[in-house]
Amino acid sequence: MNESAFLLGQVFNGFSVASLFILAALGLALSFGLMRVINMAHGEMLMLGGYLAYMTLQVVPGPFGILAALPVAFLGAALLGAVLELTVIHRLSARPLDTLLATWGVSLVLQQAARNLFGAIGVEVTAPTWMDHTVSVNSGFLAGMDLPDTRIFILLIAALVLGALAALLNKTRLGLYVRAVNQDRATAAAMGVNARLIDLLVFSLGTGVAGMAGVILALLGPVTPTVGQSYIVPAFLVVILGGLGSLVGTTIASIIVGLFTALIEIFVDVSVAQVLLLVFVILFIQIRPQGIITVRTRALEG
Amino acid sequence: MKPAPKHVLGGALMLLGVAAPLLINPYELSLLGRFLALCILAMGIMLTWGEAGILSLGQGVFFGLGAYALAMHLKLAGLNLANGDMPDFMVWSGVSALPAFWYPFKNGCFALACVVLVPGGFAAGFSWLVFRRRVGGVYFALITQALALAFSTLLISQQSYTGGFNGLTNFTTLFGQDITTNSAARVIYWVTFILVVLVYFFLRWLLATRYGVMLRATRDGENRVRFLGHDAVPYKVLAFAIAGALAGIGGALFTLHSGVISPAAVGVVPSIEMVVWVAVGGRNILWGAIAGTLLVNFAKDQISSALPSLWLYALGALFILSVSFLPAGIAGLFHAGREENVVRRILRRRKLSTAE
Repeated sequence: MNESAFLLGQVFNGFSVASLFILAALGLALSFGLMRVINMAHGEMLMLGGYLAYMTLQVVPGPFGILAALPVAFLGAALLGAVLELTVIHRLSARPLDTLLATWGVSLVLQQAARNLFGAIGVEVTAPTWMDHTVSVNSGFLAGMDLPDTRIFILLIAALVLGALAALLNKTRLGLYVRAVNQDRATAAAMGVNARLIDLLVFSLGTGVAGMAGVILALLGPVTPTVGQSYIVPAFLVVILGGLGSLVGTTIASIIVGLFTALIEIFVDVSVAQVLLLVFVILFIQIRPQGIITVRTRALEG
Repeated sequence: MKPAPKHVLGGALMLLGVAAPLLINPYELSLLGRFLALCILAMGIMLTWGEAGILSLGQGVFFGLGAYALAMHLKLAGLNLANGDMPDFMVWSGVSALPAFWYPFKNGCFALACVVLVPGGFAAGFSWLVFRRRVGGVYFALITQALALAFSTLLISQQSYTGGFNGLTNFTTLFGQDITTNSAARVIYWVTFILVVLVYFFLRWLLATRYGVMLRATRDGENRVRFLGHDAVPYKVLAFAIAGALAGIGGALFTLHSGVISPAAVGVVPSIEMVVWVAVGGRNILWGAIAGTLLVNFAKDQISSALPSLWLYALGALFILSVSFLPAGIAGLFHAGREENVVRRILRRRKLSTAE
């Protein structure tokens, strides 16, 4: 394999990791923009999505089970998200740091529940045969580059979800309300927007998207009770880099984090890459503490 | 003059603490000593989280820095370095010579200085980088969590320098004294107890000074402090550095008591568990941090040995319930007139709901 093919293969890997981060971080970033709270149990939404994919495939084996799993995981995770919002997050939304701790408690309970229900070892979801195929480039300067179909599938799903969300936020009335509450909650509420309902909808939408990310995770490796934890910390960093509640910012930040990890891992091992990513984030906030995209508001204390 | 009841109670607890080695068996003493070491760290969390409003989910990192600094010395203590001796785990992982950064730790005084200065200095530098750009609150919590993750994975992956997943263990001597005997355990306990008392009074004094007032002012309205012409950053950085140093001291003492330090004690989950001790005990009251730490840890010891899977449910529930319904912790129940007094909070909520 020649060098440029290897490099481009890593870039492609970076993009497919980035698309996972997009799906995992979008919900976090959107609710963070609206309510200034971070849901530490968001990683468990990925886990739930993974287990739902596993269960769906038990019911609908066949080649298209995985496609059926996507809406199932979306609905399941969105439902759990709605329950979580109503019971814990809304009660505490005036105290963001306490919300963080309480949702961490939720995440511990969910992890242990998964351990008791499915076992600590984890379950496997086999990718359908139509995804076994690999696109290989055999000639030209990229000869030897392999693009597995699963990775292409991930990119496709992320692009679709991103497109749908962008349309929702920019083209519909609901999206208008979301943007209004994001900019100025009090004024939006005074104009008759039900900010409380918007919070709930956006939060469950975000957890639903994370559930879909869980289905994709299930294609890449075994689903374990702690599978969400390994993706959630980079997703938090994506939120910090991306800025408050911005779709574009989150997307750019996900791509930066994905490419950064994929490319740096050519030179150093995974653990050092993690340290370097953190160093990168800390250096980045020296330049742009508000993140890549800043929503301008008049509020002094966001 | 008749002494106030709280002074009588304090004095009695102090006597009980000093006499503990004579009252309980060595196993219980080792547990108590271990948990008292954690109390030192918890008081640091009370300082940053309760008084300065900085939530760190990465105190395990500073705990680990202190713990490993002492553990490295303990590993080298019995060895003859001129002979080319190396710690056991380095021999097993096939390291040919002792890495250069291990050498200074042969000196006990250097190691003890490192226990305080490395975590304290690192906490100062790290928090300055973040706070100077006015990044705080939730962002800071998330960044410190990423720090805890990076630190523990780094410890695990650099097996030949750090002992990897198993960490450092098999300690025998410190300053020429055998530390495995029961009498040594008693001395270590007393040292720990005295340090807990000293740190308690140091922080009480610190929080009563102008510095303490400025710290609380920064917590309640950082921008107002700025508008009054003060720079809030040094106050916060100093608080975080003190908490870091205290975590380091706690880590070193914990290592002495338990005889082992491994990445499992410093990662993401232990770091956030440290916060829950203080949340349960009471984040705004010093003795609350101590009480919470002892209570949660003894409960963990009891529950997790009997029903391991129940402990995680209990811990999760503890997080949710204490934060939702008892934000001032157990100590808050006793301190009437504090801002988060429970009774007053319930009354206020009732008033709010009738107003709506």
